[in-house]
Amino acid sequence: MLLIWFLLVAIMITAYVVLDGFDLGAGVVHLFVARTDDERRTVIRTIGPVWDGNEVWLLAGGGTLYFAFPLLYASGFSGFYLPLMIVLWLLILRGIGVELRMHLESPVWRGFFDGAFSLSSLLLTVFFGAALGNVIRGVPLQKDGYFFLPLWTDWRVGALPGVLDWYTVLAGVVTLVALTLHGAHYVALKTSGDLSVRAALLARRLWPVLALVTILSLWGTLAIRPELLRNYQAFPVLYGIPLAVAASLAAMFVYQRRQAEKAAFLSSCAWLVFMLVGAAAGVYPNLLTSSTTSDLNITVYNAASGMHSLSIGLIWWSFGMILALGYFVFVYRMFKGKITAEGGHG
Amino acid sequence: MDSALLIHRLQFAFTVTFHYLFPQLTMGLAPLIVVFKTMFLRTGNETYNQAARFWAKVFGINFIMGVVTGIPMEFQFGTNWSQFSRVTGGVIGQPLVMEGVFSFFLESAFLGMFLYGEKRLSPRGHWWSAMLVFLGSWLSGFFIIVTDAWMQHPVAFERAADGSFQVTSFWGLLLNPWALLQYAHNMSGAVITGAFVMAAVGAWYLLEGKFVEHGRQFVRIGVIAGLIFSVLQIFPTGDLHGKMMAKYQPVSTAGMEGLFESESGAPMVIIGQPDEERRRIDNPIVVNKALSFLIYGTTTAEVRGLNHFPKSDWPTNIPLLYYSYHIMAGLGTIFVAVMLPAAFLLWRNRLYGARIMLWILMLCLPLPYIANTAGWLTAELGRQPWLVYGLMRTTEGYSKYVSAGNGLFSLLGFMGMYAMLAILFLFLVSRELTHGPGDPARDETIGTITA
Repeated sequence: MLLIWFLLVAIMITAYVVLDGFDLGAGVVHLFVARTDDERRTVIRTIGPVWDGNEVWLLAGGGTLYFAFPLLYASGFSGFYLPLMIVLWLLILRGIGVELRMHLESPVWRGFFDGAFSLSSLLLTVFFGAALGNVIRGVPLQKDGYFFLPLWTDWRVGALPGVLDWYTVLAGVVTLVALTLHGAHYVALKTSGDLSVRAALLARRLWPVLALVTILSLWGTLAIRPELLRNYQAFPVLYGIPLAVAASLAAMFVYQRRQAEKAAFLSSCAWLVFMLVGAAAGVYPNLLTSSTTSDLNITVYNAASGMHSLSIGLIWWSFGMILALGYFVFVYRMFKGKITAEGGHG
Repeated sequence: MDSALLIHRLQFAFTVTFHYLFPQLTMGLAPLIVVFKTMFLRTGNETYNQAARFWAKVFGINFIMGVVTGIPMEFQFGTNWSQFSRVTGGVIGQPLVMEGVFSFFLESAFLGMFLYGEKRLSPRGHWWSAMLVFLGSWLSGFFIIVTDAWMQHPVAFERAADGSFQVTSFWGLLLNPWALLQYAHNMSGAVITGAFVMAAVGAWYLLEGKFVEHGRQFVRIGVIAGLIFSVLQIFPTGDLHGKMMAKYQPVSTAGMEGLFESESGAPMVIIGQPDEERRRIDNPIVVNKALSFLIYGTTTAEVRGLNHFPKSDWPTNIPLLYYSYHIMAGLGTIFVAVMLPAAFLLWRNRLYGARIMLWILMLCLPLPYIANTAGWLTAELGRQPWLVYGLMRTTEGYSKYVSAGNGLFSLLGFMGMYAMLAILFLFLVSRELTHGPGDPARDETIGTITA
């Protein structure tokens, strides 16, 4: 039951990263690939009907965490208080950036919301990456299961780290690069003409950067947390995951050059999924690692809700998810194909 | 009070109060928009469809504000109230996830279709999108009420060995009698906001002599819905809610009423200022024996006053609780007093020319917002000093590791952020109102924004 809920939370977070990832990425590339007002409007329209639904995965995933592993939710959310507050403000800015831009035909109004949308998207990708980095690196958990992290201390990975240190910043950069590339794939896929060409070109140029930071992040992770290999050594089949990451990178390279937009987009989806699966396989059964002594780790065993709550939850959760998947299929089908000029899409 | 605790309370109070200004209108407007869409389908009269489109634009702006200010609410359970989350996650994590899974996914999927998809859907299909958005917003309200109701009146739980709360009955939690009553009262309050706003905008148009046909529709629908729900708000929902309070939270009732001493045939204070130090009401205007009658149905029953309870169990801010309750109840009465004559004039076919009545309807616009806010303040201040009534105190629930300084940092940040949102909101909504309904060119451009 504990493993099931761990997997469910992991699936929801992965769904969030893959789905909201492309609209965050579209936000990052917004100012670079879209030059005219029409093009910017087109970029917004590629994510308009779906971004809100994508973001619900964050809320639903966070809620599931709250329900299934209350200690992790309580400890993590209060410990990462400062970065989470900043994330909240960025989410607010981004939401109004997407939705309010079109209300006025004014270059200043639109410029403001374009900037707000793009900058908040960029910072969010860095913060989300850094958050994942923190979970992998570990935090100074106290005996009562809580901690509080300042935004930064000495930028080193020690017993008393800050939210930002070299490792978590690296994780932030990896996420920024990956989601930018992912978003560029999406924009290339959903638009046509110059806009699509520029987005595809940007994605091609970012490929070597992504390959480089993927290797760097792997090296960095093993340098600070060699014990993450424990599960891998116990179940060697898990070594397939890094191979799958490499394969998705290779696929991306090939499809980018063949201008197979959909396949390229799916390869960046695969890259994100396998990176997260790789991390989840490494940390299990730990949910939040202590940076001081492993006795204080928050694990699926000490953080979970009661068995009865969890078994009831499984029933309505599955039911709700089936409904949600139905909505998603419906919306994405209504919205398939490229965005064309005024009015609809082809 | 510990200064960190005060900051955490202020931040939650500020963010949730600001947040709820928006959902109360979306939840209140949604059914009224469905009414317009239905009238369009049945009569084929395009002006009803224009009315629906106009309110959908106001709805859309409200909805965005509700979404962006709603996300911080879920986060703050963990960030600011971590010990509370840790202990109660097994129970109230449940309705909170259900809100995401059952209503947010639904809303987010159909809102775009409702706002921008009219041209690509059949009229019936578009009616369904409006209906599903209505359903989603009301479901969302239900799960939040279930969460709050469990804190007010915990049911269907057991304590585990580590002190945490665990659900014992799924349906027991969802069908908590407190939740059902509170939901009815709250949703009726939301429709009152929607109805008064609609009537006020219609009255404004009629007084200015523009968009007259739509103005009449808005006033008509607003007044009919306003009357029905203003009455439902008092009876039965408000009445039953008050009786339930008196039964399960008698000390809160005493605080709300400003009843310091137990009394048989207790009076109801209409106006007056509570003086906690001298334990009396200053400058009181009272109705003798009314309180006993309202709670127990007889004029002689004894109502327990604050003196009956240990001071450590008193609500922590009795004056504010007293005023919130009196403002809510007073405005609730005024709503009926406004809507009754308006409905009478409507029935006699004289409302559209009755300028004084139209002025009153227009000026009433802010009052339901105040009443709904005061109602929630009453519920939440009345619950103090408890987070989970009778079981977990507010002083036990906050994040001990988040200092007052860090809390103030985020509180100030939210204040700045929300000031900006408020300005944008007022600016955009007033543009829509000035522009008015029924402009085909404008409907055309709005229709192609996103989808």
